[in-house]
Amino acid sequence: MIVGLTIAFLIAAVLLCLYRVARGPSLPDRVVGLDLLSSVTVGFIAVYAVVSDEIIYIDVAMVLALVAFLGTVAFAYFIEKGGMPWRKT
Amino acid sequence: MAQNLSAFLMLFGALWMFIAALGVARMPDLFTRMHSSTKSATLGVGLIMLGAAFHFGEFGMTMRATAIIVFLFLTAPVASHMLGRAAYFAGVPLWEGTLSDALRGHYDRRTHRLISDEKIEEQLSEGENG
Repeated sequence: MIVGLTIAFLIAAVLLCLYRVARGPSLPDRVVGLDLLSSVTVGFIAVYAVVSDEIIYIDVAMVLALVAFLGTVAFAYFIEKGGMPWRKT
Repeated sequence: MAQNLSAFLMLFGALWMFIAALGVARMPDLFTRMHSSTKSATLGVGLIMLGAAFHFGEFGMTMRATAIIVFLFLTAPVASHMLGRAAYFAGVPLWEGTLSDALRGHYDRRTHRLISDEKIEEQLSEGENG
């Protein structure tokens, strides 16, 4: 019962993030939505690891947390430089 | 006992994540959305990882959960600061009910460097004299 409630909360969080990603008026809004989506996915994988009783899935969550940080930083760099950062114009 | 503790920690973690997502969906502008998402999502992941560590109760699992929590607490502020700074430079509009913008006029838009109050007054007085 508690597991079902946990998963229901996480699914609702994913849907709200997707709403912000689809709706967001500017690119940084969408990036905020994607960042939160990756955090929620890390939590989801941890819950799934507990439900299926397999420790190995926690490694997936760790890797996803690392990659999500890099993705957000890359998006922030892209937004700050404006346009294509590697083109010197 | 550990199972009950783990279940309630994970439930509270999911609840915090839901609150973060609700804030991201409902808040009026980008910076309030970031305020909502970063803090409570980090707390939510931390609680869920703590719950997973209690559920398995093994040394390797506890170390992995600790690694994830420490890593999140280190990187979430960095990523959020970079994103907010970039959005401020990109000119994302603030909410119309915003009362004060402490950074207005303090950033050099071309070099992206922060200028202090004294520097701005110096520049203004120089402009008046010259």
